[in-house]
Amino acid sequence: MKVDRSKKAMDFLDKVEELSGESVNACIRCGTCSAGCPFVEDMDVLPERIFKRIVLGDKEGILEKNTMWICAACFTCSVRCPRDIDIAKIMEAVRQIVLRHNIDMVDVDDVENMKELPQLAVVGCFRKETG
Amino acid sequence: MSEDEENREMIEIFVMGKRYKVPKGLTIMTALEYAGYKYVRGCGCRGGFCGACATIYRTEDEYKFKMDLACQTAVQDGMFLVQLPFVPAVREDFDIEEVDPKENDNVMLDYYSEIARCVSCNTCTKACPQDIEAMDYVQAALRGDVERCADLSFDCIQCGLCSIRCPADIKHYHLAQLARRITGRYIHEHSDELEKRVQEIKNGEYDDKMKEMVEMEMEELKKLYEERDIREEG
Amino acid sequence: MEEGYLYYPGCTLKTKASDYEESAMAVMEALGKPLVEMDDWYCCGAVQSLTEDDIMHQIAPIRTMCCAQEQGEKEVVTLCDMCYNVLKQANERMKEKPDDLETMNEFLTEDPDYLGEVDVHHIFEILRDMKDEIKKKVKKPITDLKIAPYYGCMLLRPDHVAIDDTEDPHIMEGLLEAIGAEVIHNPKRTECCGSYHTVNRSDIVEKRVEDIVSRAVKDGADAIALSCPLCQFNLDFHQRNTEYDIPVFYLTELIALAMGIEVGMEKHKIDPKSLLKDKKILE
Repeated sequence: MKVDRSKKAMDFLDKVEELSGESVNACIRCGTCSAGCPFVEDMDVLPERIFKRIVLGDKEGILEKNTMWICAACFTCSVRCPRDIDIAKIMEAVRQIVLRHNIDMVDVDDVENMKELPQLAVVGCFRKETG
Repeated sequence: MSEDEENREMIEIFVMGKRYKVPKGLTIMTALEYAGYKYVRGCGCRGGFCGACATIYRTEDEYKFKMDLACQTAVQDGMFLVQLPFVPAVREDFDIEEVDPKENDNVMLDYYSEIARCVSCNTCTKACPQDIEAMDYVQAALRGDVERCADLSFDCIQCGLCSIRCPADIKHYHLAQLARRITGRYIHEHSDELEKRVQEIKNGEYDDKMKEMVEMEMEELKKLYEERDIREEG
Repeated sequence: MEEGYLYYPGCTLKTKASDYEESAMAVMEALGKPLVEMDDWYCCGAVQSLTEDDIMHQIAPIRTMCCAQEQGEKEVVTLCDMCYNVLKQANERMKEKPDDLETMNEFLTEDPDYLGEVDVHHIFEILRDMKDEIKKKVKKPITDLKIAPYYGCMLLRPDHVAIDDTEDPHIMEGLLEAIGAEVIHNPKRTECCGSYHTVNRSDIVEKRVEDIVSRAVKDGADAIALSCPLCQFNLDFHQRNTEYDIPVFYLTELIALAMGIEVGMEKHKIDPKSLLKDKKILE
């Protein structure tokens, strides 16, 4: 992992904190978030590693991982964090940094099984994965 | 100064940023033509029915964009205009025999998935020159109420301004048309009278009367229309 | 509302989760507190937008709050967990951040200002407070049914909108005991079912469902009870690729059965009727 302290890299940290309203630097890497997360086995890197990468300014490294897309905002980490960081909001901020450039992570025109799906699944998915 | 300008009250408009003087009382469409523009597309019936002449404009001292039909809106002094030649929204293909809402209660979502992105901002309703509650019919479609979607959208002339303004890229007018087609095919009661009349037409029972009308003078035709008997049979 | 509660359905309750709406309305009617659907309402958005600067995705839930205000009501009741969570979070945000409320009201020019005086409740809060009345109305206690309650996420997290203890909730256990069911404790009852991943990452949902259902079955559950239509879909539909096939009930369906009220249960993927017949709850 490259460590980047340039202004551009630090802008990413600032943007995440601005969008989430949370302090990324408050994280003590205790791993409680990852320990309780029901989705870690499908994540490229653990949630707490995302924190470290944000602090180190590794924007490119984060955006190529799937962690924030696998997070379903179930808030388990948020209620358990001993530092009271609302981690779900950090994940949302990282997702939004991508989506706000008019990028979709799901193909809206090609959802399988649309006939069966309840609306709240489709609405929820599009809210979290389309820009 | 032309003879026209001497006799008529003139106002100032801006077409794509360029200033023109046009007579007061013209529609946007005729004002543009007066200014020398020629409509090749983006113009149809000139009567407010076909929806081809969607236009976007701003008036002086107004921060909001306004949307209307160019053939139905009078020019005002200080208007900033641009004409929209076409709305390139996708219309999904469907087989009318395969869209029974009783078989598929997600039928609207199935063909127009992006309705799930509606944020209820109501921008579509504000854009509609027909004063249709566009947001409400999108919401009805999302909750599977095809008939309400059809009813609310009945006056739609498919100009596409709703879709152009939508932050969720919803194709309102195509969606609403699907709802009306489904309603006609699956929800409204079957009409024996309609079927009977269609058969009569097919049998050629009205061919002579039609030929007669086509050959009529305009005044005669108008009289016939005004005096027509529309009372219910029986 | 004197005679009952103002009810916000949400889109799914009108289609895929109509079994839930039907049973909840029947139960509340029998309890003398009918659910009265709002005159107007809008899709809540299903998931709460979590960025500080995003007002746009709060519009839909606040429009619904305006509708309640216009009807002269101070309370709205939801059945769907996701609707509950989004309406509650958006509403709390407007109450706590006057600047956001002002921005919202400036945008919602077509409606009177929202005053921030409406409260959002989930049906379980109402049922919890009416447990004694429910007990009195029970005609056929469902004593032979072993039920594992499943809470999922949206009733318990984040903690500022939780209707019960976030880690150790008891609201469903209490209601199940009131109707005579045997409660099976499932330690997975607050773990996420995979949520909206069911749209494009169903493999993840299948793993979650296998994990949750296998534990319930191992502990002896005949069925699962819950209230979220998305959890219901995931746990019901996605058992198809597992070795399990236990019914997934909306809790209100079980309460209705115990009260002797007929309910359709027509949209379940795993038919609950054979289990209910085996246990002599249905004839």
